[in-house]
Amino acid sequence: MAVHPQTVPYPVLPEDERSRRDAWFDSAFHRIVAVAGFFVLIALSGAALSMLWGGRAAFGTFGLSFLWSSDWDAVNHKFGALVPIYGTLVTAPIAMLVAVPVSFGISYYLTEVAPSWLRQPVASAIELLAGIPSIIYGMWGLFVFVPVMAEYVNPWLDQYVGSGPGIGVLFSGPPLGMGMLTAGIVLAIMVVPFITSVMREVFLTVPRQLKESAYALGSTRWEVVWNIVLPHTRSAVIGGIFLGLGRALGETMAVTFVLGNAHRLTPSLLEPGNSIAATIANEFTEADSDIYLSSLIALGFLLFVVTFIVLAAAKLMLNRLNRQGARI
Amino acid sequence: MISSMQRPQRRRTRRNTISIALAMAATLFGLFWLAWILWTTISMGISAMKWDLFTQMTPPPGADGGLANALFGSLVMSLLAIAIGTPIGVAAGTYLAEFVNRKRIGEVIRFVNDILLSAPSIVLGLFVYELVVRQSGHFSGWAGAVALAFIVLPVVVRTTDEMLQLVPSQMREAALALGIPQWKVTTQVLYRAALPGITTGVLLALARISGETAPLLFTALNNQYWNADLSSPMASVPAVIFQYAMSPYESWHALAWAGAFVVTMFVLLLSLFSRIVLLRNKVEQ
Repeated sequence: MAVHPQTVPYPVLPEDERSRRDAWFDSAFHRIVAVAGFFVLIALSGAALSMLWGGRAAFGTFGLSFLWSSDWDAVNHKFGALVPIYGTLVTAPIAMLVAVPVSFGISYYLTEVAPSWLRQPVASAIELLAGIPSIIYGMWGLFVFVPVMAEYVNPWLDQYVGSGPGIGVLFSGPPLGMGMLTAGIVLAIMVVPFITSVMREVFLTVPRQLKESAYALGSTRWEVVWNIVLPHTRSAVIGGIFLGLGRALGETMAVTFVLGNAHRLTPSLLEPGNSIAATIANEFTEADSDIYLSSLIALGFLLFVVTFIVLAAAKLMLNRLNRQGARI
Repeated sequence: MISSMQRPQRRRTRRNTISIALAMAATLFGLFWLAWILWTTISMGISAMKWDLFTQMTPPPGADGGLANALFGSLVMSLLAIAIGTPIGVAAGTYLAEFVNRKRIGEVIRFVNDILLSAPSIVLGLFVYELVVRQSGHFSGWAGAVALAFIVLPVVVRTTDEMLQLVPSQMREAALALGIPQWKVTTQVLYRAALPGITTGVLLALARISGETAPLLFTALNNQYWNADLSSPMASVPAVIFQYAMSPYESWHALAWAGAFVVTMFVLLLSLFSRIVLLRNKVEQ
């Protein structure tokens, strides 16, 4: 049956006008989503530039000595970043020292050891740790964990480790409970779920054949994880660790509560200190002069630069495994 | 002779047993902290819970009061942040998944987005301080909402990107073969298929910002009184918790615990709920 053009139900719009309108909408839609896509780039570079701009007074006044001066004198307007930088660079590695072996242990347990019905619930429970807001860690740290440290852990460390030679100086001090060690442990608890989830996921990407061949040759579980799984996922595991390090460096609220906000340089891990993020959080609303405020924003810029480098390294290492065929 | 051959075997077995014991210990170590923190929050929070929490304003030290203004402020700023961050995030995610024609640009944007996702929130707070507070001359609820929107953005970008990539390409091809223009394919076919996933992403972003404190300290500041005006400083639950927990007053500590309990429960229930949304959809498929 021949269909005459006239008998076809009349379209809402003539064909050419309709396709022109569609083309217009298509290009408009394309433009809108492209602008949004590039907005992500603008957001990150805007964050960096605005902090550099806000901190220009501090960088201009103190120059490079801002980085290694330990002054922090609001009355005489002399500021240096050494104490907060030191605090950040000490607490984050303490956190990693605890969190990395624990995360590896949990991932090993969840991928090779645990009975299969237990794996998902335990993994979800560990992920729950990542969902708890950091201010809750801070409150718990201040009201529950700090007293425990002050009552039991610090006196013990001071008595038995602190009197020893060498590392003794790290573990001697008054039993205040607040300090680098406490902050490091709280940070460790906070980053464990992040490192664990990356490690567990990349462990699961190891081809089954590889592991089963090793088991068939008589390998123990430990040998499979240590000799097969870990070498296969090395770069992504390091990437996951760096991701956790990035979190630990920038974590604010939890650290602010348990670090003690003391602006001085001390080798002891048991004494109160400060970190970049904690200094900003504690003092921002108290900053009474432009140079004070500018110094705090300059600190924020330093934090941004450090975390950017760490996170970029993490991303590059995670991508290396991705290119081998697994998507994380 | 047999025993000498078995010796390395025994050493391997022993090493394996020790490693398994340590792995179990690590897992128990992780669960131990979870249980301790949750138990503290729940027990301290429930004992401080009272109806006044939702009806009374934040009190001066020593007086009775609640968190009504803080809860309201948190709710308003979080919802606004979602309202600002979600459309931009969905659009950017769509660009990454559907429209990038040069691979390099997509890689760069994904890379930057992942960094934004893990960047310290305090840095974003300082950014918005410079961007909004310094320009407008005062702290405001708007600034708080914008700061939170910058935390929502990368979460939504990433989930939208991933969820759209999961949509089978046959769907796109079938729709395009019918002559449907690409913007209609995206909005009416692909978004519909990816909706549960994107919703999960938005809910997770909401869970994340409802406990955020650091970016609000420099943007929305705090407010002791009821305030529905977004252009002036606004209270939020996390900021009030921070102020009250750091104070020396017992009555403020109790309120801080009650606030901590409410926030934690909200966040945990939200992430549970979002998982159910995603899971149910998976089962249906």
